[in-house]
Amino acid sequence: MNSVVKSPKDSKLSMSYLTVGFIAVFIGAICGLLQGLVRGGVIELPSFINYYQLLTAHGVLLALVFTTYFIYGLLFAGVSKTMGALSDKARSIGWIGFWVMTIGTICSTIMIILGEASVLYTFYAPLKAHPLYYIGLALVVVGSWIGGAAMLMHYSGWRKKNSGKLSPLFGYMTTATIILWIVCTIGVAISVLFQFIPWSFGWADRINVLLSRTLFWYFGHPLVYFWLLPAYIIWYVCIPKIIGGKVFSDSLARLSFVLFILFSIPVGFHHQLTESGIPEGWKFLQVVLTFMVITPSLMTAFSLFATFETTGREKGARGLFGWLKKLPYNDVRFFAPFMGMLFFIPGGAGGIVNASHQMNTVIHNTLWVVGHFHITVGTPVVLTFFGVTYWLVPYLTGRKLTPALNRAGMIQTILWSVGMFFMSTAMHILGLFGAPRRTAYSTYQDNPTALEWFHGFFAHYTTVALGGTILFIAAMMMVYLFFHLAFFAPKAENDIEATEFPIGEVAEHAYTTPRILENWKVWIGIVVVLILIAYTIPVTDMITHAPAGSPPIRTW
Amino acid sequence: MHFHRYEKYWLIFGLCTLVVFLTIVGVNAFSGGHQPPTGMMTLDPTKVDQTPPFDQPGLKKVDDNTYEANLIAMAFGYNPSKIEVPVGAKVIFNVTSKDVVHSFTIPGTNVNMMITPGHVNTSEFSFDKPGSYLVLCNEYCGSGHHMMQMTIEVK
Ligand code: HEM
Ligand SMILES: [Cu+2]
Ligand SMILES: [Cu+2]
Repeated sequence: MNSVVKSPKDSKLSMSYLTVGFIAVFIGAICGLLQGLVRGGVIELPSFINYYQLLTAHGVLLALVFTTYFIYGLLFAGVSKTMGALSDKARSIGWIGFWVMTIGTICSTIMIILGEASVLYTFYAPLKAHPLYYIGLALVVVGSWIGGAAMLMHYSGWRKKNSGKLSPLFGYMTTATIILWIVCTIGVAISVLFQFIPWSFGWADRINVLLSRTLFWYFGHPLVYFWLLPAYIIWYVCIPKIIGGKVFSDSLARLSFVLFILFSIPVGFHHQLTESGIPEGWKFLQVVLTFMVITPSLMTAFSLFATFETTGREKGARGLFGWLKKLPYNDVRFFAPFMGMLFFIPGGAGGIVNASHQMNTVIHNTLWVVGHFHITVGTPVVLTFFGVTYWLVPYLTGRKLTPALNRAGMIQTILWSVGMFFMSTAMHILGLFGAPRRTAYSTYQDNPTALEWFHGFFAHYTTVALGGTILFIAAMMMVYLFFHLAFFAPKAENDIEATEFPIGEVAEHAYTTPRILENWKVWIGIVVVLILIAYTIPVTDMITHAPAGSPPIRTW
Repeated sequence: MHFHRYEKYWLIFGLCTLVVFLTIVGVNAFSGGHQPPTGMMTLDPTKVDQTPPFDQPGLKKVDDNTYEANLIAMAFGYNPSKIEVPVGAKVIFNVTSKDVVHSFTIPGTNVNMMITPGHVNTSEFSFDKPGSYLVLCNEYCGSGHHMMQMTIEVK
């Protein structure tokens, strides 16, 4: 498999996606720093910048733009590596997707900068942004469909050429990720195209608020899995190779991805647990479905630790936990994702609290939630992506990750982890004390309850600001290292020096993979049925028993 | 498909915990009545001031120890901006929005609900300790969102 020759044309496509992604990190991190400082009362913003404008940019650029661009850059590189160079047609489609997404991103970003779209990345109606903000976001989604179609074409082309053979694990998992993405973005696309755009232009007078929120969260939860699955691809496929081991089980890896598709989509109500108009029974049904995702999560954790342990023992580790000492902690390609995995332990536990029918009320829309997604997407996913950057970029540009760059990467990872530890711990605790999310500096007229949030050590807004500052330094280092690896790191002179794209081989003892796992019609069929069960009745109700809709309002 | 023996134990243990957990949550919700706030009443969000009970927002006595607080959320405050309730009283909050989405949140209590225009959301709380309670909005609603608050005096 490693004999496949690298395609420079595909590398260029991947690098373009990655570059836009890191430009987004640069701007998004500046916003993040300012948010932390404002909330801590450390600085005041100049009158021409609004806190909520920053927050909109931060959410859009980091949660939507960086993630999607990075994922596409990585997946294009991976399918080209494991299934051969893209056909010219597929590559052109990949480029069209790139440009459509980029035009959309620029369009929405300009609207945010002009102050015409301070509605945050969730754009809840009836706050009305400039129509171009919604059009920009729609283009990002449509562009991602086009790029996704290119990868699906490549996959089905491979299967036609290799009929009867099992697809490479990387290609399979990419396909699963793209399918998840297409199924979930349909919801938000319907809402933007048929609700927001006509209404923001004034062609429709009113909007069905509850329906728009439901369509948003139908998309919003699987969005989280769209971020996670590529990180899991790295954990399942690349990490074993980096640590000198093997993929634990091919079939279980595939099964877990299928289960992630099934149980990440029909669950959006768990973001709407405290809102009116959705009967309790339907909320509870989706809570149950949400928790089903524990099965593939436990499988993923098991498989990871099984790989770690088997590899450690092969290297001569003894005792129950001796293998822990054999892991390559000074290799940033392993260390960064590994730190991410550690953060995922409290992150997952917090998720159980959030999704619980009743406990959700305690933390809903408090800073706890912000702490939560910074130690799920903001660290496990992001540190995995950063760890990938250290080898993917030199792989794509024919350069070397030198020992000095590796050391810089280690420092960058440590700074991110330390910063995140302070920021997210403070956010979680403040949230339990009731501090609201999405809120500029406020003492609520020196109300004693609010003043409490400026006391103590962890339950203190200044700790958020401190952690945010360390994080900001780590982010700037990462952006610098990305461009350094892309343009200035020493060139690899021959094949031996060349940076590898680590693709793990499957362990010998692993069993053959059942064919049904590759039968996408079956899995898409099941997910559609689950979606219909979870949503048909409550959504029909939302439409037929809708109150009069809301006219557009601008409150900023 | 082959599962490693330890993986089977791990998954069975995980799934059993899950069943126990969901049973507790479910029994708590449907027999214990601990449901998240889920008001089902609707109204025209542009006619809140004309629609009872919001044409006369404020506190209403229902019986000896039970009160109903019918409140309107709007950018950037609540109407009325202050209510007084006696210690030990149970208060049922019915809240709606005149404009965008808000929340009605009393830090330190379990009252925390989304207020979407067109809908009335409901939550109740028994105020057993005297004092002044802060109510705030934790859903972004515009440039003055961080100023949006009211107080509940418990005497
Ligand atoms: C430099 C590093 C970062 C800092 C200092 C930072 C800081 C913050 C702060 C202080 C908030 C809370 C604002 C509020 O609720 O009032 C926030 C919100 C948020 N952050 Fe970050 N963050 C960073 C990186 C990231 C990354 C890497 C991601 C995701 C990939 C991310 C995603 C988000 C999202 C989605 C929100 C919520 C936006 C909203 O409520 O609309 N952040 N961030
Ligand atoms: Cu979710
Ligand atoms: Cu608000």
